[in-house]
Parts: sequence; structure tokens; C-alpha cells
Amino acid sequence: MFALLALHLVLGVVIVAAGRILGRQAFLVAAVAPAAMLIWAATKANDVLDGKPVTESFVWVAGLDLTIDLRFDAFALVMVTLVSGIGLLICIYSLGYFTATKPGLARLAGILTLFAGAMLGVVLSDHLIALFIFWELTSVTSYLLIGNDDTNPRARAAALQALFITGAGGLVMLAGLIIIGQSAGTYLISELLVAPPSGNVVNVALVLVLIGAFTKSAQAPFSSWLPGAMVAPTPVSAYLHSATMVKAGVYLVARLAPIFAIQGNWRLIVLSVGAFTMVVGGLRALRQNDLKLLLAYGTVSQLGFMMLLFGVGEYHIAEAGVVLILAHAAFKAALFMVVGIVDHETGTRDIRALHGFGKSWRPVQAVAVLSAASMAGVPLMFGFIAKEKGLGGYVEYGDFVGETVVLIAIVVASMLTFAYSARFVLGIYGVFGLDDRDDVSRSAHAPGIVFWAPAGLLAFFTVLFGVFPQLLDRLVEGATLALYPGSSPKPLELWAGFNEALLLSAIVILGGVVLTLMRTKVARAQRRGSEAIRFLPTGDEAFAGVLRGISVTSRRVTAVVQNGSLPIYIAIIVLTVTLVPLTGFARDIDTLPDFVEQRVHIGFVALITAAALGASVVRHRIAAALMLGAVGYSMAGLYVTMGAPDLALTQFSIETLSTVLFVLVLRFLPRSWRHHAPAIAAPMRIAVAAAVGVAIFVFALSASNARPDVSGPQQSEVMIEDSYSEAKGQNVVNVILVDFRGWDTMGEITVLLVAAVGVVSLARTGRRRDDTDAPVFEEISDGESSEQKMPEALR
Amino acid sequence: MTVLLAFAAAFLFATGTWLLLQRRLSRILIGIGLVGHGSNILLLTSGGPSGVAPIIGSAPAVDFSDPLPQALALTSIVITFGVTAFLLALGYRSWRITHDDVVEDDVEDRFIARRRSEDHIVSDTEDAARAQAAEEDRL
Repeated sequence: MFALLALHLVLGVVIVAAGRILGRQAFLVAAVAPAAMLIWAATKANDVLDGKPVTESFVWVAGLDLTIDLRFDAFALVMVTLVSGIGLLICIYSLGYFTATKPGLARLAGILTLFAGAMLGVVLSDHLIALFIFWELTSVTSYLLIGNDDTNPRARAAALQALFITGAGGLVMLAGLIIIGQSAGTYLISELLVAPPSGNVVNVALVLVLIGAFTKSAQAPFSSWLPGAMVAPTPVSAYLHSATMVKAGVYLVARLAPIFAIQGNWRLIVLSVGAFTMVVGGLRALRQNDLKLLLAYGTVSQLGFMMLLFGVGEYHIAEAGVVLILAHAAFKAALFMVVGIVDHETGTRDIRALHGFGKSWRPVQAVAVLSAASMAGVPLMFGFIAKEKGLGGYVEYGDFVGETVVLIAIVVASMLTFAYSARFVLGIYGVFGLDDRDDVSRSAHAPGIVFWAPAGLLAFFTVLFGVFPQLLDRLVEGATLALYPGSSPKPLELWAGFNEALLLSAIVILGGVVLTLMRTKVARAQRRGSEAIRFLPTGDEAFAGVLRGISVTSRRVTAVVQNGSLPIYIAIIVLTVTLVPLTGFARDIDTLPDFVEQRVHIGFVALITAAALGASVVRHRIAAALMLGAVGYSMAGLYVTMGAPDLALTQFSIETLSTVLFVLVLRFLPRSWRHHAPAIAAPMRIAVAAAVGVAIFVFALSASNARPDVSGPQQSEVMIEDSYSEAKGQNVVNVILVDFRGWDTMGEITVLLVAAVGVVSLARTGRRRDDTDAPVFEEISDGESSEQKMPEALR
Repeated sequence: MTVLLAFAAAFLFATGTWLLLQRRLSRILIGIGLVGHGSNILLLTSGGPSGVAPIIGSAPAVDFSDPLPQALALTSIVITFGVTAFLLALGYRSWRITHDDVVEDDVEDRFIARRRSEDHIVSDTEDAARAQAAEEDRL
């Protein structure tokens, strides 16, 4: 399996790289990958359907237990058949669709191959993290495919919207997957199935995972990206945005529902979102004049249906989901291909510009009628089997709260599905063609056989499995068993006798026919309805609003935290590092340590605080520097009382040295300064300083409580023991500096050296310029005065 | 660690922070010195109660104060000195150029803060949304 995934990767990269040479033939080369995958899957199919999945494991980072585990079971077989089967047909179809060699064409073929590899990775991964990685790869490739026409701003915007929504959902999902994996102790779906984790944390994680699945499968309220993605070339839409990628969310729900459906709010969330999406998608599909948009909203609706079938976590109903996922891929890909053909030959997809086609278009029209009939759920079509089984499953096995509501939603949405399927067919036959539009369809060239044959093959399957559903028994049963081990799925039947499901199907068809016959009134009612809710933002508007909000917020935040003032930068940094951990430290203080260790400390601390206070308020530079020196000498005294003579010595000499340095430099500067900060500055500075002081106080107290918790031999004890025996030194502190931690000292010396180089160069540069080129000094001084004015002008 | 020394460290940090928030480089420098002293107290007291100087043979090892924090504090003293010296050189340079040591606002940052939004990604998206909405209103 790894070899085949690698084949997709390599082939994709090669096609992108060799684009100029290949031209249109790139799609023929691209077809090799899905063909190889199909052949491999066919050789393994027998074993897999007997319940013996093929597994492969690749150790990625051994130390972190990161492995990529692939598992090819019967449900994966269904998905692989879709991904590679439709992929192969799309490659052939693309030869007919792209007649002229345009720049970016081979890139399209290459990325399509990369996408196929990523999608196969999603359905073959048993490891949740690996699944996530492949999942995000499909988002990225989808972004590149939607935005393939990079000169079109609408394509760019749509690509970004798709990436933004599915990518953000993916990240939310990652958080959920990690929580699930950590609480279960395993990231393997097959092991989760055996021992499912539970608890409140897992319930939260499930919501996060579902958000990811909803964004990917374009469920409300995240569905706006899918209609937008229709700016992509039709082969891409047919492949990614109807048959494969958008089913990734459904796939994940299908995999997890057997494990988690009865936990937390899973059912409530999946069923309400699915039902809502199914109805709203159907309503919006019915309003479209663009055939491709009609199909896009129809896809949204059908994805909602799949969520309803898989999300319940009941194997009888999930079995219907398996059938629907297959049936939907067959009819929806075929319908998209038909739209692509119409678009290609007439230059429009608007049903108001179509006035019916000539005789030579009969094969295409037949494909459209058969596929649309399957979508509508007309008997003897594949889609009917799926819908019938789903309705039957809900009637018979849906024993949970709200079952009736869901069933009503399915029936209503199915009527809408029938109506928009009919609208599609009537549109192809030119019923909606307006007289004032030029007739572009009657005289249109009939497409070549390569162009319509892939759709024709799919339509053939639609009829074949509609009439002989038992041909798929083994596949569907195997897939259901793979999802729900130990279940006993029922065989597929064309005729299940007179039952409630059949009655419901009849109601659906009747309702659909009525909606179609009354279409003018329905359209008027819909227009009124949509005007009434016009105050609600559409998905696109909401997305644009979110994007603008992010942009505006980031600009405002930048303006506040990045306003150019060093004091503000420092305040933000110190407040963050001190206040954020403050509460945690405060909780650790259970007992106060001794108040005073040695009486003499009181005197030193009094000196230190007095001098520090003096250094911070005095308005005289040299005086302030001398106060700092006083603090330093008091510190040295403190060190002596604490048994640290080396520290005291060092502090003493260093303090002397820095005081001399201070005086050397400060003598140049004015003695004191005038105050010109705004009035608010002083209280704010005091507040920040006080906050830092409190935080350090709390930290010091809690740290002193933490000391006794350290167990085992202390590092210092080891050092004292080894000091003489190993390093032949009696002064332990010195031994530590030059021996035990000699490299630290080495680094320290380096720091001093660098600082010394800096000091020397800074001191010398100024002098030379000043001496040799007096006018430069004048100029710089002018520049300085204008610079000082700048901030005021900005205010 | 005693409450008194915790207070001393906190006070040094507070006054040091106050000075760090000033506009004069020389005051900022003194602030760095004070914060350095405060952190040295924290370092040293992390070794527990103080004892006699850790010199082998002068006393039994159990009476020693902890030598490791002392070594760390020693490093800290020296590094603080290096920083001080470098900043003093900067102050000297600042005096050379401006005859003062005021730390001015970064003008570039100010311009960025005032810049109008020219986000073409946002405008593209809004155009697309508007076009989409207009199209659907026509239906």
C-alpha cells in the first residue's frame, strides 16, 4: 500500500515537473496511478471481503511511537473503489474536456494525482494522526485545484475560502483526535473499536472531531465553500467536490459512529446538522439556474443525507449509507460530467440559455436522465435502492429520540431532491430556455465518444446495480461488517414487498412530481421566502465578515502592542511573564517560611531597599549611579552573612568597576533631566512595577516551599563530595566554576568578550566621525530634531 | 528563603521594573542593575538556609551553604556587568549623536500601527461574496 501511495506522490510530482512536454497527455500518465491502485485492490478484494484486512505499518519516528498504520478493510475497499475508479474515469474524461493545451493544465493533472494519493491515505489510515495528515493534504491539494486559474480573483477567493474553512476545521479536529487518542491510550481506529474511551473529555473531543468532519463535508453552517469551489474546472468538481474529498467527513463519521454514537451529544449533533443541511441544501439547489451550482447544492444536501445514515451508529441504517455513498458517486460524477460537456460545447451552464439539443446528443441526454432519476430515487435506479434502504432502516431500527423528526426531514428533503433532479433534466431539455437568449444548444456539436463514455459507463452502473442490487451484496455486507464487527447486515433487495419504506418512497415521488408541476409557484414562494430572510448573511458574506474581522482585529492589536514605544513593549513582556503564572504560584503557598534568618539581614535589607528606592526616584544621573553602587555593596555584605565569600568578593570588585564606568559615561550626559511624559505614564509605570514586585514575592515564597519536594541525592552534595577527591580543590564554588561547570564559564567569558568588542567599537566609532567630519555631526543633530518631532506629528 | 529576603528581592524587582519603563537609557541601565541584584537574591536563597562557606576542611560538609546556587549567582553577577558595560557604551554613543540618552519611539512601528488596511485577500473575498449574493438575488 505504501508503494502505491508513493507511486501517486512520485507520479504527481513528475507530471507537474514535466508539464510542458506532456501537455494534454498528462492525464493519460496520471491515469496510471488509479489504474494500478484498482488492480491491486482487485487482487486483495477476496480476502478483504472475507473479513481479513490487509495491514501495513511503517515506523516513522521510532522514539516518539509515531507510526503510519495502513489498514485495507472492506469499507476502505468501497472508498478505494470510489477514489481510484472515479479517478480513472476523470482522467479519461479530462482528455475530452481539455481540448486546448493551456498553461497550468499539466499542473492540474499532477495535483489531481497528488490529491488521489492523499485521499487514499485518508481512507487507508488506521492511525488517527496519519489520517489527519492525509486529511489536511487533501485540503491543500483542493486549494491548489480550485485556484488553478490563478489569474481569476474569484477562483483565488474561492480557493482561499475552501482552505480556510476546511483547514480550520481540520485543526479543531486534530485537537479532538489527540484527546481521544490520549484518553484511549491508542490512536488506532481498529483498537478504539474494541475498547472505546468515554468520559466528559471524550465528549468534548467528539464535538471537535465532528466540527472537522462537518467543515470537510460542507455541512451547515460550513457549507458555503463548496458552491464557491465550483469555479474549479468541471473534472475537478466532479472528482473532489462531489465524489471523493467531500466524503472524507462522512467517512470519518462512518468510522467513528460505531464507536461513539451513543456517547455524549453525538447523535443529537450529527442528526440535527445532517437533517438541516439536507433540507436547506435541497431548497437552495431548487433555486439555481446554473446547472453546476444546482449540483453543488444537491451535493451538500446528499452529504447531509449520508451524515444521517452513518451518524446514527446503527448498522442497518449505516448499510444504507454504504449503498448511498456508492450510488451518489455514480450518479453525481456522471451528472457533473454532463454539465462539463454542456458547458464545453455551448459555452454556458445557465438553463435559461439552453433550448434543447439535437439528435446526436441523445447518449448524453440519456446519461443525464438516468443519473438524475437515480438521484431522485426513481425505482430501478441505484439511488432508489439506497434511499429505500435508508428509509426502511429508519422506520424499522430508528428507536431513539427525535427519530420521527429526522424521518420527516428525509422525506421532505427527498421530495426537494426529486424536484431539483427534475429541474436539471428539464433544463437539459430546454424547458427553461428564454426566448430572448440566443440559441446555443440546438446547433451545438455533439461530444466525442471519449468525452461522454466515462459518464455513460457510470450511468450503466447506475442502471445495473439498480436492477440487480444483489451484485453488490458481498461488498456492502463486507463494508458494514468492517464498520460494525459482529453485525448481520441484510442483503440488498430490489423488491422488499409492500412496507412503510415503499409507502414513503411513493410519497416522496408523488411530492416531487407535484413540486415539479407547480414549479412556477414554488419558485415564487421561494423567492418571497429568501427575501424575507435576506437580513441573514449568506455563507459567503459571513466568511468575508470573519476574514475582515480577523484583519481588523489583528491591525488593532498590532497598533496597541506594537506602537513603537519601548516602555510599552517592556510593560507587556514583564506583565505577561509575571502575571500569567501568578495564580499557579499563589496556590502553592501553604505555609510561610521563617520571617528572618539572621538579625543582621534586617539592616542589610533596609540599606538595599533605601538605596534602591533612592536610585529610582532621584533626578540626578551620577547620584542614581552611586545609589546603585550602594545597593551592590550592601548585597556584598548580605553574601558574606549567607556563607558566600566568593560572591561577596566578586560583587565588591564588579560593583567598583561598574561605578567607575557609570561615572565615566554619565559625566558626558546632562546632570538631570526634565520630565515630559504624559501624566498617565507615572501611575501606569508604578502599577506595572508593583505587579511585578508582588509576582516575584509570591514566586519566591512558593519556590521556597518547593525545595523540600526534591527527592534523591542533591546535586550539590555530590559536588561537595567530589570537589577534593576529583578536582583537587577545596573551595567548592571555585571548583564548580572552573571544573564541574567549566563550559558554562567558557560561555560566560565569550559573552564578556563579545560585550567588550561591542563596547570598544561603539566608543571608537563615534569619536572618529566626530573628529574628522564636523559637518556630519551637524546633519545628524538636525536629523535628530526632526525625528523628535515625528512622533508628535503622528499623534 | 525567608519572608524578609523574598521582600528584598521583590522590592528590587519592582524598583528595577519602574526604572526599565523610563525613557532615559541611564535610568534603564540602573534598572537592569537592580533587577540583577534581585535575581541574585532569588538564586542564592534557592539553596536553602545559609551555612558556612563551602570550603573543604573548614567545617563539616553538612554545615555548608549550598555551593551550586553560589556558582550560578557568580555567573549572573559577571554577565550583568557585561550587559551594563555594553549599554553604557550605547549610552555614550547616544550622547555622541544626540547629546542626550532618550530612547525614542520606533518611527517605523508607528507607521505600521497607523497603516490603513490594504488587504487584497479580504477585498477579493468580499467582492466574490457580493457577486454571489447579487447573482442569487437575480434568480
